[in-house]
Amino acid sequence: MNRYPAWKYVVIAIAIAIGLLYTLPNFFPEVPAVQVSTSKATIDVDQTTLATAETALRSANVPFTGSLVDATGVKIRFADTDTQLRARDVLQKQFGNDYIVALNLISSSPGWLAALGALPMYLGLDLRGGVHFLLEIDMKGAIDKAADRYTTDIRSLMREKRVQYGGVGREGQNVVLRFRDAGERTKARVEIENSFPDLVVREQDAAGGELRLVAALKPEAQKRIQDGAVQQNITILRNRVNELGVSEPIVQQQGADRIVVQLPGVQDTARAKDILGRTATLEIRMVNDDPGALEAALAGQVPFGSDLFTERGGTPVLVRRQVVLTGDRINDAQPGFDQRTNEPAVHVNLDGTGGRIFKEVTRENVGKRMAIVLVERGRAEVITAPVIREEIGGGRVQISGRMSTREANDVALLMRAGALAAPMEIVEERTVGPSLGKENIERGFNSVLYGFIVLGLFMCAYYVLMGLISTIALVVNIVLLVALLSMLQATLTLPGIAAIALTLGMAIDANVLINERIREELRWGATPHAAIQAGYERAWNTILDSNITTLIAGIALLIFGSGPVRGFAVVHCLGILTSMFSAVFVSRGIVNLIYGGRKKLDRISIGQVWKPGPPAGTPAR
Amino acid sequence: MEFFRIRRDIPFMRYALVFNVISVVTFLLAVLFLALRGLNFGVDFRGGTVIEVAYGHAVDFTRLRGAVDTLNLGEYSAQAFGSSDTALIRLPLREGVSSAQLSEQVMATLRADDPSVTLKRVEFVGPQVGRELYENGALALLLVIAGIMAYLALRFEWRFAVAAILANLHDVVIILGFFAFFQWEFSLPVLAATLAILGYSVNESVVIADRIRENFRKMRKASVTQVIDNAITSTISRTIITHGSTLMMVLSILFFGGETLHYFSLALAIGILFGIYSSVLVMAPLVRWLGVSREDLVKPDRKAMSGEKILP
Repeated sequence: MNRYPAWKYVVIAIAIAIGLLYTLPNFFPEVPAVQVSTSKATIDVDQTTLATAETALRSANVPFTGSLVDATGVKIRFADTDTQLRARDVLQKQFGNDYIVALNLISSSPGWLAALGALPMYLGLDLRGGVHFLLEIDMKGAIDKAADRYTTDIRSLMREKRVQYGGVGREGQNVVLRFRDAGERTKARVEIENSFPDLVVREQDAAGGELRLVAALKPEAQKRIQDGAVQQNITILRNRVNELGVSEPIVQQQGADRIVVQLPGVQDTARAKDILGRTATLEIRMVNDDPGALEAALAGQVPFGSDLFTERGGTPVLVRRQVVLTGDRINDAQPGFDQRTNEPAVHVNLDGTGGRIFKEVTRENVGKRMAIVLVERGRAEVITAPVIREEIGGGRVQISGRMSTREANDVALLMRAGALAAPMEIVEERTVGPSLGKENIERGFNSVLYGFIVLGLFMCAYYVLMGLISTIALVVNIVLLVALLSMLQATLTLPGIAAIALTLGMAIDANVLINERIREELRWGATPHAAIQAGYERAWNTILDSNITTLIAGIALLIFGSGPVRGFAVVHCLGILTSMFSAVFVSRGIVNLIYGGRKKLDRISIGQVWKPGPPAGTPAR
Repeated sequence: MEFFRIRRDIPFMRYALVFNVISVVTFLLAVLFLALRGLNFGVDFRGGTVIEVAYGHAVDFTRLRGAVDTLNLGEYSAQAFGSSDTALIRLPLREGVSSAQLSEQVMATLRADDPSVTLKRVEFVGPQVGRELYENGALALLLVIAGIMAYLALRFEWRFAVAAILANLHDVVIILGFFAFFQWEFSLPVLAATLAILGYSVNESVVIADRIRENFRKMRKASVTQVIDNAITSTISRTIITHGSTLMMVLSILFFGGETLHYFSLALAIGILFGIYSSVLVMAPLVRWLGVSREDLVKPDRKAMSGEKILP
């Protein structure tokens, strides 16, 4: 009666084999490596890249121990971290700015395992060290900026269409125009509605007979701006992250207005934070070069409508408050050279509206200076203040003169960084130093190991052979759980390791339940075979019930948990599932294998079964 | 080896009143501490910055405080964390200062003071995120309660669902009471542990409920009290062994898991210890008190179980 059909053994064997296969990569230590990848869509990283890298390393006499190409780029392994660092410098020089050359740790597991998709578990930041940021985009700021932009656009539109208006300005998130004449107002309204379909325009008569026109963004346009702001910020963050040379960065949207950035393995957390935390916006404004104005400002008398800033390098500049262009009109800024003079220069590419405004402004202001202002957290700095030589049309601007190549690089980088659509703020940060990561792995591993040893010893002592079988089932459970985690590449965190330990403790419940039932059946005089049968069968309902309630808690944590809690919940839920398989199916398989074949079974090795004397007062069964 | 050799059913129900008084008293005490002292919410819920630093030698707190004081950061705390060469600095939330700047400032100051210092960990949680984590925690708790109750009501009967959830919520409140009394830090992992315990403790209630139902079917002449007593007696051995084995794992986390998992495992340990008590000695009297009877369980059950083989 206690026999499994052959297919059940086959299922168990296959499950264990797959489990072992996918657990295997976790046993290979990680070795230092350098990863070469690119963020540019036009460049392919393939065998040729690898060949170039290998040649470069050979000619520089840097020994490497292995190399491979996969979806994330070229990876080259080294014997130690010193060689790794030397190799990085060599490769950096070889590949230049179009490629990202990053330090990495990769598993030393053989290639055939990786080819099967068997990878080691994906360790969370608390285990391998690194930086986690949650950035929140200031959506109000994004809408304000859009309103600012419309204010400028409407002003040029009014001028272009020769509409007589009293003034235009932003009030809250609306653009408000003032008129003296109702006819002009109607004309303005029609023009605005035709040119800017995203605006809702309504007429309003303020007290005192002032005629006003209020333009507001339509809700769908607001949503589009917000989505655009998130997307643009993600792109910018990706670029900044690429600057850092991190091997497996994560930049992802979370919710409506947040972005998660994870940089595993980053050693220099200060630099990472510095580059990411730069929440900068860029503005182009005119310099106030009125005679005497700068001197007055330096003396403390800043003229109305101007701000006193300092240029990089320390020279004071007086800048008009009116913004000509904002950073989101800038499509790109790249360092390069002036074609005529061969001097270092920055090439700036503006979008359509930006180009139009720029043309107008430069035409009217030839010979004057304009300032490119980078605003970081309310602190403004003038990146550069070039003189306008001529009218610039077509949206292609070149900034040159008195600049070194390095400065051109810096200015271009700052301009790109400043082209953020909306300001961002770090709302959550978790940084883990590399040493703590190693400690955490060790601690987690020790908790599981020692707990398991004690538990195994207890089970073997208390239930003898049945206890040993339970312990083997528990080992199978660990193997399956680790394999599942490796397969799914779910993030393993320290609470996740704790969940492994906890799940083992809970998984043994099922075996205790079964073994106690078997003992109980034996106590009441059942034959060994019947006792095994009844023990497993009756315990099953209870095991199912209890696992489901535990699973409910696990799933709730999975839905509402974030960060460390989610890491716990994932392992907890998976562990419950694997434990049902191993504790019931696998352990029964072993029991059947041992006892099932014997026709005459006198006793089961399950420890002493105490039998009471004739029970007085115990109800008859 | 067999630990439990119980000859007769232990008349648990006779002492039901005593157990109920004990649980009501512990429960009220826990509520009292929660109300008077409140939970010592960690940075996850309250917002703020935590910086863990390690020195090459034992931490000189006077020097450390002296260095941090120069930054004028308001009310901060600095204490040893785990070993004597590690310090944990907690900084309150401040308007207009980003976490990145703050932790870098502190590190730069400490490094200037003593170059052997290394940064182990920084955690910063902004006020809005803290509030969300708090709300999500409460929602998770509600979802667990609703889910378990719905399952138990479906699987057994509403009285079991109510009794089980009350018994186990009483565990949760007691865990929280401990955290309030000792002012241990209540962080996200502790919340996870508490919810995991809620799911786990219900197991015991399920086991006993299962037995009670089985007994109602088998012990046709026995009274409700006898049925419950027998159910508890015959499951007490496995209750203690299973909880004991889970506790072994939890203690292993407590001893070897380091500071980060300290309160997490502590919450689990308390939860498991009280879980034994509550699911057995709180839930069962509650079931009786709610007036469970043979008819409630056996009749509808027969239909449901008709396909199942009933063993002799």
